[in-house]
Amino acid sequence: MNVKYNTEDKLLVLELTEEIDHHSTEKIRRRADYEIQRHMPRKAIFDFNGVTFMDSAGIGMVIGRYKMVSMLGGKVSMINVKPSVKKVFEMSGILKIIPIEECA
Amino acid sequence: MKDITENEMSLEFLSKSNNEAFARVTVAAFVSQLDPTIEELSDIKTAVSEAVTNCIIHGYEDTQGIIKIKCKIFAGSVHIEISDNGKGIKDIEEAKAPLFTTKPNLERSGMGFTIMESFMDDMQVESIVGLGTKVTMKKLIRCKDELCTNTTE
Ligand SMILES: Nc1ncnc2c1ncn2[C@@H]1O[C@H](COP(=O)(O)OP(=O)(O)OP(=O)(O)O)[C@@H](O)[C@H]1O
Ligand SMILES: [Mg+2]
Repeated sequence: MNVKYNTEDKLLVLELTEEIDHHSTEKIRRRADYEIQRHMPRKAIFDFNGVTFMDSAGIGMVIGRYKMVSMLGGKVSMINVKPSVKKVFEMSGILKIIPIEECA
Repeated sequence: MKDITENEMSLEFLSKSNNEAFARVTVAAFVSQLDPTIEELSDIKTAVSEAVTNCIIHGYEDTQGIIKIKCKIFAGSVHIEISDNGKGIKDIEEAKAPLFTTKPNLERSGMGFTIMESFMDDMQVESIVGLGTKVTMKKLIRCKDELCTNTTE
């Protein structure tokens, strides 16, 4: 995962770079939580550009981070979500609270 | 000329989480001989990943065991059987309901069975408490060759 933080707009971009499943979410979660607590972003964006596969583990992972960021008063969204990954998110209904944005 | 492709494979591996990717990629490679679309292949990978992950985190929990996958190609469709000898499911109907999970603390969303059901054409669950769980899934792979009138009926 690559992390970018813009101090001025308190914008945290978490670039996911691997397939997302139960195995890989462990590591992603740890790093994302560390960055969120460190920066307390006004907005966190998950960039899915590098994600070619995701199963239901990704739903839980994104919701978990959403809870943490919201508690700190921030917003969460996603960008560059490929059709196969979007299909999994669509099953869950979470796109209503964590939207996919067209561009960063 | 019709060529009815029939083929079969089986796989056994330890319930370690780094085998989740191994399992779905292996099944996808096997299914590739039916010339599926990218979407069909990705649906199958997702469904396999869901079933295998369930064996690992629910079936075997903190113990380790063997996960078996049997995969058959028959009349233009794929049949996949994924089983464990883990703790089993008490109430299958309840388990299959969207959002039902017994592990909310592990950030599970309870969408695994719902995804398997909707990404595949058929999904059945058999389970005996204390003995294990078997998920059987089918998917029809549409034939893209005009000369090949599909062999499913
Ligand atoms: N192989 C299994 N052995 C024992 N229990 C299982 C097995 N598979 C599923 N279950 C039970 O069925 C429930 C629902 O499974 P499902 O895959 O739909 O959701 P989940 O695994 O809890 O969450 P998600 O898949 O969204 O991360 C599980 O919480 C578990 O209690
Ligand atoms: Mg599951």
